Amino acid sequence: MSAIIDFLFTDPAWPWVRMILFLVGAASFAGANAAYLVWCERKVAAYVQRRPGPMEVGPQGLIQPIADAVKLLCKQMLSPIPQADGILFRIAPVAMVMPALMCFVVVPFGDLLIPARIDLGLLVIFAFGAFNVMSLMLAGWSSNNKYATISSARVVSQNVAYEIPMLLTVVTMIMVTGTTDLGTIVAQQSGGFWHWNILSGIWTLANPLVPFTFLIYFICMLAETNRAPFDLAEAESELVAGSFTEYSSMGFGLFFMAEYINIVVGCSVATVLFLGGWHPGFFPLPANPWLASLIGFGCFCAKLYTLIFFVMMARWTYPRTQFYGLLNLSWKILIPVALVTLLLSGVLMKLTNLF
Amino acid sequence: MLQLNKDEAIAHAAHCVGGPNETFVLNLGPQHPSTHGVLRVKLTMDGEFIRHAEPVCGYMHRMHEKMGENRNCAQFLPNTGRIDYLSAMQYTHGWVGAVERACKIEVPLRAEYIRVVTSELNRIASHLVGWGAWVMDLGGLTPILYAFEDREKILDLLEGVSGARLTFCYYRIGGVCADIDDAFIQGAKAFVPYMRERLKMYKDLVTDNVILRKRLEGIGIISQDMCRRYGACGPVIRGSGIANDTRKTEPYSVYKDFDFEIPVYDTCDSMARYLVRMDEMEQSLRIIEQSLAKLPEGPFINPKVPRLLKVPAGNYSYATEAGRGRFMVRLVADGSDKPYRVKLRTPCLSNMSLFAEAAEGMMIADAIAFMGSLDLVIPDIDR
Repeated sequence: MSAIIDFLFTDPAWPWVRMILFLVGAASFAGANAAYLVWCERKVAAYVQRRPGPMEVGPQGLIQPIADAVKLLCKQMLSPIPQADGILFRIAPVAMVMPALMCFVVVPFGDLLIPARIDLGLLVIFAFGAFNVMSLMLAGWSSNNKYATISSARVVSQNVAYEIPMLLTVVTMIMVTGTTDLGTIVAQQSGGFWHWNILSGIWTLANPLVPFTFLIYFICMLAETNRAPFDLAEAESELVAGSFTEYSSMGFGLFFMAEYINIVVGCSVATVLFLGGWHPGFFPLPANPWLASLIGFGCFCAKLYTLIFFVMMARWTYPRTQFYGLLNLSWKILIPVALVTLLLSGVLMKLTNLF
Repeated sequence: MLQLNKDEAIAHAAHCVGGPNETFVLNLGPQHPSTHGVLRVKLTMDGEFIRHAEPVCGYMHRMHEKMGENRNCAQFLPNTGRIDYLSAMQYTHGWVGAVERACKIEVPLRAEYIRVVTSELNRIASHLVGWGAWVMDLGGLTPILYAFEDREKILDLLEGVSGARLTFCYYRIGGVCADIDDAFIQGAKAFVPYMRERLKMYKDLVTDNVILRKRLEGIGIISQDMCRRYGACGPVIRGSGIANDTRKTEPYSVYKDFDFEIPVYDTCDSMARYLVRMDEMEQSLRIIEQSLAKLPEGPFINPKVPRLLKVPAGNYSYATEAGRGRFMVRLVADGSDKPYRVKLRTPCLSNMSLFAEAAEGMMIADAIAFMGSLDLVIPDIDR
């Protein structure tokens, strides 16, 4: 069995087998997450609001996401054709989902479970992540709806404002780790949990402000994925449904999927950069590489879903920020703090190299 | 926080969009998630800034005043509970009060106390809905479910005595339709400490939340002068530093027997109106506590009220303090069994009239937060 797997995964003569396996794996991981995170979100919301949540379809409502997907697929996709730009209107949801899925290509799920080990892995994620803005703007603009247009204007200024502190924190982490290859970043954090970047930065003096870096990253991730309390793009009590107002059927479903996939990607990057990726932190991984990968995958998922749980809790706990409050937070607090951490870790690294 | 006056805001917005007169009309409602009910506001927008707001009413007009003219006093009673459906007790109180004043009907003391208890319970329920829906407009989706959990307890109590859960028609001309039982008294007594705990929790979890405070403080400032010009009332005027509460200024029923305060805040912003409502719930609890403690024995309705009342010719009025402010009934009678003219002065119409002037120069999200602070009930505007 092991020989077969080794053959499939490592033999350079069969790269396409590996490619297809990972493609199917990553796509089904994304799809299952998008469907079942909706269920999780509804259960978390129900838990926060002291009610049972979905209970009817299947035990504990577990079949609900499938029923919802079938419903969305069966509905007619209406579009305001005479007024709207029909082509862009239909392209927008696809342009939202595809880049989000592409990000999974470089996410390291385990030591051997990296679909494509690219030197510029981090850059790939942020390059594809930036598509998000364009798709939402297209969706809002092509709908020819005033609420959607206001929303698309908001999306652009919000995402531009939050991309800067986010990338500043990422640059800080690249400086500390010295690489943009996600697999290497995780490999560097092996050992006990004090080797994870969120803690090791403090005692190695590489970046003592790393908890703030993590916090800034997390806040920016909430804003970039348009999650509450920064969900100004779809602010349902102000802009009805924001950019998605005119969307129905699977067009809307794709936006919904993309939102959750983006959260998974954002939290995966946080796990890799700060929380030690697939490393358990409390016990060593077994010597067998496949068993290690499996356990590593479990650890990775545990960290990932803990972060996602906090994302969901934030949504059901806080009210929405006001738009200028959102921009003020970015330009007046997050960017200066991110710059300070960047400068500080640069200076400290230079000093520790000198002595 | 953006601190611009109206002209600066408009000039700034115009500068941003690159033209002095580039505006568009945004139709906020009647089918919009945060214009609860069917209020429609035509907004002339300059980007995200409101240049001009024009509320359009009439989608819910049911001609309650006209209906009052072609049915007798007892028949019109259930209508009043359907005007502001969240304050049905106070509204029916306004009508029976006007008729009792006109016909000089004595109301037994026990009935007056029962009216006070049920009215105050209803006020808490009404404020809970207003509070929950308002925080929901601000994007906090959870508090409304907690508010409804508390409100459910009140509705269960009131259902036990009146049979209804929303549009109560519990008061009758000369008293109330049924006496309260021990289950109600015990339930209401147990509810007071329970609700105090909950109010403390709401203060910690919601009121002191920094995002909520940023959304409400300094937003939607209404001056005292503006309140007086539009005849604003209820928590809106008390949030502007005017201690005007019908229960104190024109004590009706037995309100002068109780020791309670009128919460007043003079910062004039949405947060002031928020705090007024939260404090009012506490004051209502105090009134409930006191009135249950000294609930007198005796009949719950005056048995000598005739079936068909003939209102003596004249011009009568009676005002009550409903959840949203002063509700006044004016009854002009010509001596027949039907009123000659019924005029209902409702709080939401005057409170909504403020909106057009106060919303100019606001951003749309602030305008929605401000609209929530007025706590509008649309059937109350249109009647």
